Amino acid sequence: MRRIQVRVNGTTYEHEVEPRLLLVHYLREVLNLTGTMVGCNTSNCGACTVLMGGESVKSCTVFAVQADGREITTVQGLAENGDWHPMQTAFHENHALQCGYCTPGMIMASISLLEEKPDPSEEEIREALEGNYCRCTGERRGDPGGPRRQLLPLHGLREHNQGCSAGRRTVQLEREAWE
Amino acid sequence: MGGGVPRKEDPNLVTGRANWTDNIKLPGMLHFALLRSPFAHAKVTNLDVSGALEQPGVVAAFTGEDLADEWPGGVVCAATVTDDQKTPFHPPIVTDEVKYMGDVVAVVVATDRYKAQDALEFVEVDYEPLDVVVDMETALEEGAPLVHEDLGTNECFSMPMEVGDVDDAFNRADVVVKEHYIQQRLIPNAIEPRATVALQDPGHDGYVVYTATQVPHLAKIVLSLSTGIPENQIRVVAPDVGGGFGSKLNVYREEILALVLTKKLGVPIKWVEDRSENYQATIHGRGQIQDIELAATNEGRILGMKVKLLDDMGAYLQLLTPVIAPSGAAMYPGVYTFDAFSIEIKGVFTNLTPTDAYRGAGRPEAAYACERIIDALARELDMDPAEVRRKNFYEPFDEPTDTPGGLQYDSMNMQAAMDRVMELADYEGLRREQQQRRENNDPVQLGIGFSAYTEICGLGPSQALAGLGIGGGGWEAANVRMLITGKVEVATGTSPHGQGHETTWSQITADALGVTPDDVVVLHGDTAVVPFGRDTYGSRSLAVGGIAVHLACEKVVDKAKKLAAHMLEAAEDDIEFEGGTFSVAGSPDQNVTIQDVGAAAYMAADVPEGMEPGLNEQMIFDPPNFTFPFGAHICVMEVDTETGKAYVRDYFAVDDCGPVINPTIVDGQLHGGLAQGIAQALYEGAIYDEDGNLMTGSMVDYMIPGAPELPNFTLDRTVTPSPSNPLGVKGVGEAGTIGAPPAVINAIIDALSPYGVKHMDMPALPMRVWNAIQDAQGNGAASGEYDAAFGSREADVRQEGRSEDQ
Repeated sequence: MRRIQVRVNGTTYEHEVEPRLLLVHYLREVLNLTGTMVGCNTSNCGACTVLMGGESVKSCTVFAVQADGREITTVQGLAENGDWHPMQTAFHENHALQCGYCTPGMIMASISLLEEKPDPSEEEIREALEGNYCRCTGERRGDPGGPRRQLLPLHGLREHNQGCSAGRRTVQLEREAWE
Repeated sequence: MGGGVPRKEDPNLVTGRANWTDNIKLPGMLHFALLRSPFAHAKVTNLDVSGALEQPGVVAAFTGEDLADEWPGGVVCAATVTDDQKTPFHPPIVTDEVKYMGDVVAVVVATDRYKAQDALEFVEVDYEPLDVVVDMETALEEGAPLVHEDLGTNECFSMPMEVGDVDDAFNRADVVVKEHYIQQRLIPNAIEPRATVALQDPGHDGYVVYTATQVPHLAKIVLSLSTGIPENQIRVVAPDVGGGFGSKLNVYREEILALVLTKKLGVPIKWVEDRSENYQATIHGRGQIQDIELAATNEGRILGMKVKLLDDMGAYLQLLTPVIAPSGAAMYPGVYTFDAFSIEIKGVFTNLTPTDAYRGAGRPEAAYACERIIDALARELDMDPAEVRRKNFYEPFDEPTDTPGGLQYDSMNMQAAMDRVMELADYEGLRREQQQRRENNDPVQLGIGFSAYTEICGLGPSQALAGLGIGGGGWEAANVRMLITGKVEVATGTSPHGQGHETTWSQITADALGVTPDDVVVLHGDTAVVPFGRDTYGSRSLAVGGIAVHLACEKVVDKAKKLAAHMLEAAEDDIEFEGGTFSVAGSPDQNVTIQDVGAAAYMAADVPEGMEPGLNEQMIFDPPNFTFPFGAHICVMEVDTETGKAYVRDYFAVDDCGPVINPTIVDGQLHGGLAQGIAQALYEGAIYDEDGNLMTGSMVDYMIPGAPELPNFTLDRTVTPSPSNPLGVKGVGEAGTIGAPPAVINAIIDALSPYGVKHMDMPALPMRVWNAIQDAQGNGAASGEYDAAFGSREADVRQEGRSEDQ
């Protein structure tokens, strides 16, 4: 067993853990932070993505002991005083989720992308989310990555609702940011 | 209705507050892990779990023999498609012989999953490998190894069907086209792995099973049949469920085990699947070999169709395994009208993971074969593929119409969908661009692929389902109640796992009752809260369950109207209802709101003589017919003839699912469906070696397309209401998966037709495309052997496909 101290979503925790305990299981089973999910255990699907020191990591392939002394942010630490992070709003408003199981990881990976590249191109968005699988949305709804946090969403796909009640509707690629 | 309102489901999902089964933690809860067979077929010659019992944290360990009395029904198959179908007993833990890689030989129960998993190492087991059969054609040969020795054959069933005089049609034909297609095995890959927690029901005699399922109501029945525990002692809850695609339309051994172990040990029991188990032991989809022939005139008019189908059952029958191919059988004629059609389906056992429903379940296979061979006919006759299709479409109709498959399609207007998709894609412009590239010998060629499909949805009329061999029970239930505080509860028997029923059912209810969607709470997925239900699969939820909600609301309004008349001291016939308010015709000031009426009905202090208190109505809707959504798709592929890389440049889809209640949700369903269809056509496929080892046993080896691999979709709709239900809705959950694969493959073949390529198997990975070009050009030495079962060389090129494909 090893003693670790980890700051998660603004709270500092100290625990004795087995060296083999995965960070995702530490979060879920020890801290009861069940907002971060396990999808594949092989670092492919990205459902377990969290931020460690501000960078996205797949918490199913990080040991809890590797997080010793680090700062972790999960999807449950994004909202401030009940106000959603703009990325959470963006996912909701753009119907970027269906079953929602991949969504916390998708959101964390998207936030990490914007930290790194505030104004990503569509290609950069696609590549940045390559390691996050979504089986429901066809991936094309999940492309976040607007130029600025506040302006938010999408470079990716925005929909034009005009005339859709008559059953006519086109989904188009739109490069402009929302205003 | 008709508005793309943002979903009610989202807030919990985007903030990490969803209630997944894996989140459940209960005092004293134990976890189990399963020892799975590394062999596809072997005798278990020695098995001893005592070593595991010595390990820290281990509470119990059992063999199949230890628990055999607990599951008299085994893992249940609910489908019987022929009188002589072979349905082998399917034990949750085997007693003597493993029949596929992933089959279970022992269970270890411990205080946490790590410890249970560790202890598996200490179970002693010896295997004596047996001969393995992995492909269907071999399995049917005389002397082939038998998956189930006692059955004496690997043939599960054989089912012929003929409508019209097929021989006559083929005798009269000017041309006959024959094609051979392979539907590779697909791994559904819901991102949430399966998970189950079972416990003794607090305060009741019985059990609660929380499980990641599409079908809590079916699970309640099936768990009772498996274990002999009376059905009324089992409550099943589907908490938030993370995707299904058919893979959670089943009741698996692990759910039975959780129930049996909590019964035996008296504490809550939990099991969570890991992804390797998901690949080996959750059902696979497709797995068919299709031989299809089309008879036509020189003018391109279809006269008849013959299909021979082999359908891979895998080693055992899961809940619906044998009915998957038969349920799609009648759909092979697709959107074309002609007189003569025959199909013969053989279900075949192999030493592989059982197959069952995967998004589309029988219909993608049918649409693929039909839409591939109609392109083959167009090539044979040197006609435009759009033209051949148009020659054989039904004239538009809006009343049930007989089909060559023996069904009655509900309504259809293929001409409108086809016109629209060709306009949207600028078909003529695309052909010009294609011509230019051909003339310039552009190494990147352009392909234009059509798909015109219809599917059978809204499962279904109970009588018709009985005819298919699954007993019936196609209805859906809803209970709508006005609460005294003016809020509304809707209890639905559908069980969503991403489809947004809470939002859509709220819209239906708000529309009918004149309340806001926010006033409505939709309850689902708990057999104690919603006693009647038939769950979610087969694009049935809206067309059956949503209609039940709508009709229950109408019942509420009917009753409320009587009470409103009483309250307003007017004749019922004079009461008008609009926007949630009942008023007297001609005197709009005399009115009461539905909330007022609800409260009055609840308190029942002053209601008409004989009226029951409350506004609380149940509707069980059994549809008179299925629904048949349809659509026309155009896939535009760019194919690099030098590398074999094929990618979707544009995808145009015009789908008709009847009137749309929430267009945002419908588009989302289409996007996901198209992605899975494109995935089958270009990327995915389970690969086994000749010994039955699953070579694509994880997400590392199985190519799930991600954001870089998928195109942007251009969607549009036509609206042809269904006469099968009062809202005219048809269903949309599987449309994309059905429409996309033939459009993609037809586009690749179209791109390469100047090279003489006439055939392409799925998935069309670069190596396969490149080989097809070499073969067609007569460069046989370059291509070499290419295993029909989609050999291991493709695993090498898949990474290449991923990194290059932008």
